[in-house]
Amino acid sequence: MELLVASAIGLLTAVGVYLTLRRRTLPVTIGLTFLSYAVNLFLFSMGRLAVDQPPIVSTGRAAYADPLPQALVLTAIVISLGMTALMVVMAIRGYLETRSDEAAVRPGDAVRDFGGSTARTDA
Amino acid sequence: MNHSIALPVVLPALTACVLLLAAGNDLRRQRLVSLASVIGLGAIAIGLFAGAAGGPQAYLVGDWPAPFGIVLVLDRLSALMLLLTAAVGLAALVYACGGWDARGRHFHVLFQFQLLGTNGAFLTGDIFNLFVFFEVMLIASYGLVLHGGGAWRLKAGFQYVAINLVASTLFLFAVGLIYGVTGTLNMADLAVKVSSLPEGDHALLRTGALLLFTVFAVKCALVPLHWWLPQAYSAAPAPAVALFAILSKVGAYAIIRMHTLVFSADPAGVSTTLQAVLVPVAALTLAVGAAGVLASRSILGLAAYSIIGSMGTLLIAAAGLEPRQLSAAIYYLLHSTLVGAALFLLVDMIAASRGRAADRIVPGRMAHARVLGALYLVAGMAAVGLPPLSGFIGKVAILESVRGGPIGALAWGVILGTSLLLIVGYARAGSTLFWTPPPSPVGLVRARSLPALPTAVVVTLLAATAMLSVSGASVLTISAATVNELLTPGGYIRAVGLGSSPGPE
Repeated sequence: MELLVASAIGLLTAVGVYLTLRRRTLPVTIGLTFLSYAVNLFLFSMGRLAVDQPPIVSTGRAAYADPLPQALVLTAIVISLGMTALMVVMAIRGYLETRSDEAAVRPGDAVRDFGGSTARTDA
Repeated sequence: MNHSIALPVVLPALTACVLLLAAGNDLRRQRLVSLASVIGLGAIAIGLFAGAAGGPQAYLVGDWPAPFGIVLVLDRLSALMLLLTAAVGLAALVYACGGWDARGRHFHVLFQFQLLGTNGAFLTGDIFNLFVFFEVMLIASYGLVLHGGGAWRLKAGFQYVAINLVASTLFLFAVGLIYGVTGTLNMADLAVKVSSLPEGDHALLRTGALLLFTVFAVKCALVPLHWWLPQAYSAAPAPAVALFAILSKVGAYAIIRMHTLVFSADPAGVSTTLQAVLVPVAALTLAVGAAGVLASRSILGLAAYSIIGSMGTLLIAAAGLEPRQLSAAIYYLLHSTLVGAALFLLVDMIAASRGRAADRIVPGRMAHARVLGALYLVAGMAAVGLPPLSGFIGKVAILESVRGGPIGALAWGVILGTSLLLIVGYARAGSTLFWTPPPSPVGLVRARSLPALPTAVVVTLLAATAMLSVSGASVLTISAATVNELLTPGGYIRAVGLGSSPGPE
């Protein structure tokens, strides 16, 4: 089981790194999702791999699963879900505004505004 | 238990909720609530700063005992950082009230959340909560980078979010490794556990710790992890960038905190490796920053690369555990935060007064060239480190502290060499902007009156660096006391309620 979990984490990380290094916004987003899957599994396994053991004190049990990594994973999942949603929105808005899904910033994209006094009201 | 330790986290959180729910779209009311909150934060920070002189104090959230519950710790360093955050936050907020906050919705809400995350990161005594507060801070900063909209901000913001998500993933890997080896995430508990770790776990701990420092290096924009900074900082609105001046210092704070508290005397050799890597990397960062200042084609780029350079200078000194070096680093940290904020606000004013030439370093017509030129001169002198401003004292203190040490020759060579490059870079930009006559008289800039509030903010920030210089001796005394406390982590560990019975789990 150790080998299975370890190679799964490795594979997910490799896929994540490969996709994150792409130049278009959607593969980058998916790559970051894969990276967060990998890290969630990794955190989970840091509480040691234990099958069929309770995380809460109960009578007649000698061994327990570590509950803390599970709590950490829960927090990490919530944060990465929110971040993925944000990235998807940014990718879509970026595509709609520039008609290109490239992650690179080109000089033509520059809409520069300075100083606070020329107030605009759009969101 | 001193409940006021939790206030720097609670107050911005409540203010953000009030702003979101009660203030609606009424900008004037939002400004009032936001300003009142930041002024309150300043008062709290002053109170905590005075209180921190008596030694570290811990706040156990929910009164759970230390390694199990969440703990906030106030000591001299965190109190100093809280004070600095409140000061820079107030300056940025007043500047934003000059009109930037009207460019999109929820500026003040995001601003308060950013303050919440920053204050939390300075106070927390737990690595996982450090991660959570980093995320709060970053999520708010994503919103602030995008404030004002436009394709440029979206694309630059996308890259900024992506690089920070990768860093967050690395942070979690590091947290996982450290937890897997030591069984704890509480910093004080870690300090105790790390010193009695069995030999076989040293390699894993070293991996985890160095991964953690890599994440902090991303926040500090150390070479080669600095590429995100110029783009993100030039895309974000000026008042947000002024607040980001403190954001990159959070990375430096985290490095100093983890290094002195947890890894200062570890048997796994993390500290030795860290110092061996950090000093050359910081020197390289400084060199890249100075080269960037010299090569920049816009004043925004110039300001961004000076931030990178200042992080290099800061970490050359902050890499070691030598008290005088760390004390100089803390002084330089205060200086570079204030100057960084002033510089970005000033660049925004200059670019706004130049019409279409905006922030490009080309000759052009400019309104109010005299006032802005004078401010640029002062800000440049402070950033480069010319006497009599605080940059000079900071650099002298750093040079003095490394003299005769193992990194002395490297630090002297790099800091003095790059200072020359920085002077040339600032002088070149300044003479092109303010002295070179424009090629043709077309493109007249409408002469609006100089906005009073933003000017006052920049003048105040620059006056603060001058004050830092005038009261240099007392500030250096404060930072020496801070370092003294950092290098005797026993007090911190005892305050959290651990360390009296060090032993296996």
